[in-house]
Amino acid sequence: MPNNVSIDELKAKAKELRLNIAQTTFNATSGHVGGSMSSADMLIALYFKYLNVDPKNPDWDERDRFIMSKGHCALAYVPCLAMRGYLDLNEVMKNFNKTESAYGMHPDSKKIRGCDASTGSLGHGLPMGVGMALGLRLKNIDSKVVVMTGDGECQEGSNWEAAMSAAHFKLKNLIWIIDRNHLEIDGETEKVMALEPLDKKVEAFGFKVLKCNGNDMADADKALAAAWATEGPVCIISDTVKGYGIKSFEGKPTSHYCSFGANEDELKVYLDEIKARG
Amino acid sequence: MGTAWNVYDANKMSSGAMYGKTLAELAAKDPRIVGVTADLAKSTNIGLLGEAFPDRLFNVGIAEQNLFGVAAGLAKVGFIPFASTFAIFACLRGGEQVRTDCAYQKLPVKVIATHGGVSFGAAGSTHHCIEDFAIMRAIPNMTVVIPADAYETASAIKACIDVPGPFYLRVGRGMEPLLHNSEDEYEFKIGKAMQLKDGNDVTIISCGVPTRDALIAGEMLEEQGVSAQVINMHTLKPIDAEAIVEAAVKTRRIVTVEEHNIIGGLGDAVASVLAQSGKRCILTKIGIPDEFGPIGKPEDLYAKYKLSSQGIMETVMELMGKEIEEDDWSDED
Repeated sequence: MPNNVSIDELKAKAKELRLNIAQTTFNATSGHVGGSMSSADMLIALYFKYLNVDPKNPDWDERDRFIMSKGHCALAYVPCLAMRGYLDLNEVMKNFNKTESAYGMHPDSKKIRGCDASTGSLGHGLPMGVGMALGLRLKNIDSKVVVMTGDGECQEGSNWEAAMSAAHFKLKNLIWIIDRNHLEIDGETEKVMALEPLDKKVEAFGFKVLKCNGNDMADADKALAAAWATEGPVCIISDTVKGYGIKSFEGKPTSHYCSFGANEDELKVYLDEIKARG
Repeated sequence: MGTAWNVYDANKMSSGAMYGKTLAELAAKDPRIVGVTADLAKSTNIGLLGEAFPDRLFNVGIAEQNLFGVAAGLAKVGFIPFASTFAIFACLRGGEQVRTDCAYQKLPVKVIATHGGVSFGAAGSTHHCIEDFAIMRAIPNMTVVIPADAYETASAIKACIDVPGPFYLRVGRGMEPLLHNSEDEYEFKIGKAMQLKDGNDVTIISCGVPTRDALIAGEMLEEQGVSAQVINMHTLKPIDAEAIVEAAVKTRRIVTVEEHNIIGGLGDAVASVLAQSGKRCILTKIGIPDEFGPIGKPEDLYAKYKLSSQGIMETVMELMGKEIEEDDWSDED
């Protein structure tokens, strides 16, 4: 059951996460900013309202599972885990991408408390999510399994193998969130390799499809509430803006991997912009 | 002419059938065991698990990436998944999932690959797999076992439950003749080589299906006045380096036998141990000579690649005729 948290509280947390992404990127010199900023609101809504988890007991058998299949957005995911209480946030921000650090560009479940799956190679999360959902059902555990993929990631065929099997196995607790930020490394998804009509494709594979503006907390919250109440497999196509939160990053392919300034003064300009946003 | 295979009751004793039967027996006692396959429930015999426990075998259809991803997910929530497909699809079609989802996360996924080597003879190179030893050996955390027959397959399946991480086991098509007469006549320990025959002049180190032929070759060599030690190296990783070095010192001549490309498999694993040991020894590798093989009955392909008892015997005799360069090392001390 979702926690009772207000939309305003979630919005404040999402702003905090974006500030943490900026600071972490600055400390690491650069990072996968675009997809991290686009997915930040959904991550916050999941971890602070919807996912039934216990940071004090990260291996609790009956917890909900979350797989950040777009593993390059560990830049958002790992600070979010820290904010939720799994990790020391300052340590995460200081050590991200540093030699021998537990917190690399892609999350390592063997090293990161609360991280349910190691990811980074795209198209791996949904199959693992299907396996988790099958296993939990076999154990009579009624937990949700939530997988967030990117949209460009949907070009990997393994997602569709997994989607087909999720419907075949009638995995009612599986929720697939697609962070539809419209961009991948080489440009617009529709120019690199068209995904549309994405909703119809996912639907044809046997999912119930919900849509929302994934950068509007109230709308994201509504979609998650519906997904939680819907017998799955269910998919949320979360329409977002790559780089959301910094005007000069938004909708730019270059924001996929970029920096937050060369010095503290430049960073401060970015931080101020994030703080000023509604 | 290859080995005659029809004298055995293949249906009762095939490695594949023994795998399915053993797995179903283990599953009856261990609720952690589940199975996953990709439309090869029958061909790999993992279907026997599903017949015993229908809710514990998941068939994902012809989708090997999903196969190993799903297996990893099942392992993540506490199960010990056995995932079965043909060797070539386990190594290459779903290979990244085996590496990244299963091995990198050190999950207890048991990859039980059938139709390895050239055992699917007439199916041709799309279905042969002469690369799996090399690929699986190179994956960190992976244990690699190549049982010689159905009995060893059963022993390995039982033993792999206690291996904490990922595990790769390769068998042939499952119709191969038996090396052993029962599981009671040998001791099977993962990582421990099994001496099948003692000898002082040469050591034949084999793994998998050709091991039976290696033993027969060893006996044929006695008739030629050559005392051959025969070692069954069923575990390719971690390899029993001690047994290899002992063999080098004892016989100075080693022939490796494997149903695999001569690049990257048992022969190279043995060579690596030898080179690092500093012991004087000459090595000949029998295997597929870095080529995509023709179609054919597996027994004919075995004969072609000198994996038959005759071929192994001839190769050993050639090696016996080679001079070993003398040096002044005193590694016997």
